Amino acid sequence: MAEAPVPEPWARLRAATRARIGLGGVGDAPPLPEVLGFQMAHALARDAVHAPLDVPALEAALRPHAALHAASMAPDRGTYLRRPDLGRRLRGMDAAGEGGCDVAFVLADGLSATAVQRHAAPVFHACVERLPGWRIAPPVIATQARVALGDEIGARLGARLVAVLIGERPGLSVPDSLGIYLTFEPRPGRRDSERNCISNIHAAGGLRPELAAAKLVWLMREALTRKLTGTGLKDDADPAALAGRPPLPPPS
Amino acid sequence: MGRWTSIAGGERHVFDSLPRLLAVASPRRSGDELAGIAAASDAERVAARFALADLPLRAFLSEAVIPPEADEVTRLILDTHDATAFAPIAHLTVGGLRDWLLSHAADAPALAAVSPGLTPEMVAAASKLMRNQDLIAVARKRRVTTAFRSTLGLEGRLATRLQPNHPTDDLRGIAASTLDGLLNGSGDAVIGVNPATDSVPNAMALLHMLDDLRARYDIPTQTCVLTHVTNAIEIMRRGAPVDLVFQSVAGTEGANRGFGVDLSILREAREAALSLGRAGPSGEVMYFETGQGSALSAEAHHGVDQQTLEARAYAVCRAFKPLLVNTVVGFIGPEYLYDGKQIIRAGLEDHFCGKLLGLPMGVDVCYTNHAEADGDDMDGLMTLLAVAGVHFLICVPGADDIMLNYQSLSFHDVLALRSMLGLRPAPEFEEWLTRMGIAEPGGAIRPPELAGSRLMQLALEAGHG
Repeated sequence: MAEAPVPEPWARLRAATRARIGLGGVGDAPPLPEVLGFQMAHALARDAVHAPLDVPALEAALRPHAALHAASMAPDRGTYLRRPDLGRRLRGMDAAGEGGCDVAFVLADGLSATAVQRHAAPVFHACVERLPGWRIAPPVIATQARVALGDEIGARLGARLVAVLIGERPGLSVPDSLGIYLTFEPRPGRRDSERNCISNIHAAGGLRPELAAAKLVWLMREALTRKLTGTGLKDDADPAALAGRPPLPPPS
Repeated sequence: MGRWTSIAGGERHVFDSLPRLLAVASPRRSGDELAGIAAASDAERVAARFALADLPLRAFLSEAVIPPEADEVTRLILDTHDATAFAPIAHLTVGGLRDWLLSHAADAPALAAVSPGLTPEMVAAASKLMRNQDLIAVARKRRVTTAFRSTLGLEGRLATRLQPNHPTDDLRGIAASTLDGLLNGSGDAVIGVNPATDSVPNAMALLHMLDDLRARYDIPTQTCVLTHVTNAIEIMRRGAPVDLVFQSVAGTEGANRGFGVDLSILREAREAALSLGRAGPSGEVMYFETGQGSALSAEAHHGVDQQTLEARAYAVCRAFKPLLVNTVVGFIGPEYLYDGKQIIRAGLEDHFCGKLLGLPMGVDVCYTNHAEADGDDMDGLMTLLAVAGVHFLICVPGADDIMLNYQSLSFHDVLALRSMLGLRPAPEFEEWLTRMGIAEPGGAIRPPELAGSRLMQLALEAGHG
């Protein structure tokens, strides 16, 4: 079949979705540029899953805050993917000061180190600006980490809240999406229904770091006031409306 | 509780319970390893298969893998077991069942007759003694036919679910993907959307849009919004056009509770859907999805291997006479099915077990980006399943589900399967494709941009463009 120009109808339909519609084809197969484009998207997603977190770069991005380090029981990526239980248990972490804190931030590689590398430090800094008077633990960089690893880290730091900033499972269109899980009174054994989640933080039409921070800070205040997180805490606040609110000290 | 022994590979192996014997005999997969119930070595795995081969089928009727007092799925399995249908194979062992299934005596009518006498555990056990080739050969003999506006499961046919998902449930975006699928000859089993937001008003908006589209172009297919069954009940109460009630189900009461369902709520939903009077005389109004690993994920697996539990989910499905069932085989992730090899094996097992139990069994041939799998693995599985006579396959534009963030099959993949294997869409749908100018008389799909098809023109005129 001769190469036909992209027909007008598909251009109009494509405005309504980024689904791979109207691809055309050669025989029953899609055209080669589509095949290679798909392979590239898959390659980027897989690289995001398997790339190790660049810890020194993340430390630099977190300055002037000095980071602590934690590692899960999963020794490598292959084990991490097969054994989510090991990714939830702490192998070790740097010693922290005594005395507890209002909130601890854990920056965890999760399923996309790329996401943490790009978006976690901006979210952390934006949160700290909005938390005057809060006792904030040094940020913890956690590797081969699942969300629930934050429970043990938070408990060790004596934190009233733990916010885990973690790389989400990469999709073909967005390999670097960050998620945040907030847990009140973290300790091992917390259930997923006891957490609040903010997802889809990325630059390709997702939630921007400043807005994610505004929403997270709002949730943190609500969580301390109502002494809970999870399904009991509705998180229907509009982040854009929250962005303009003045920073406030923590509820007692 | 029994004990089973085998002398194999120069060693004596002892298996102290039925769930343990089944788990150790299972082909290797990460989910059973995660649960801590998998074989410790390849030799132990094969030794368990020797022991399992000698197990009488009757043992499954006297020893439940999960006690009936603890689990309503077990009670359902035992209460609905048909002793008369079981009689012709009652004398067999698991190994004997494997041999009989492969024999030429076990033709389509014989397999259909024995279905109500088979329990999920018997079928799962037999599958563990079968190679991929055996799973294909037997499933291919077992046709299951269902019907609503289209007739599905006929010999020489391959149907599809068109899955036009959109990350914000944008109606125009969903309509655009639907149009693309229809112009590529997909959608004869169902046009089914997974909503990004699982609420009643949102699902109703989607349902009205899909039903309008179907009615306007007189498409001989069904539509479905895959919302929770309790939402579907409320939606039907409010009068929205529900063809099929959808629900994800699993093989234990606890895992179903994790999905927020039990047998009584499924019964209530089916009765509500039947009362709408939209279905054909066969009353097939349910659509179920399943997948290995869901019970472990819900921490409700009772030490039973994930493939046996998956087969138990089919007992739940068959109690409600579904139009469609599919396993979402590669969706759950590498902690349950690690790589392409494990996904392919599981897809063939699920299809085999579902068909043998009498289900209209389809498969979502799929993988996630953190699994060790890619499109080449899916090419293999889709071809094997098409040879095995799969009821339907799921497909999305360009194999990329932009809402659920995983890869399924593409419309192109199904065109290729139909060409390579001489398979055709459901007859009513095929006739419609020809009438609309999408397919040439005789079946070949015309390139949509050149076809000047009536559907494309109507869609643009009606503002869907």
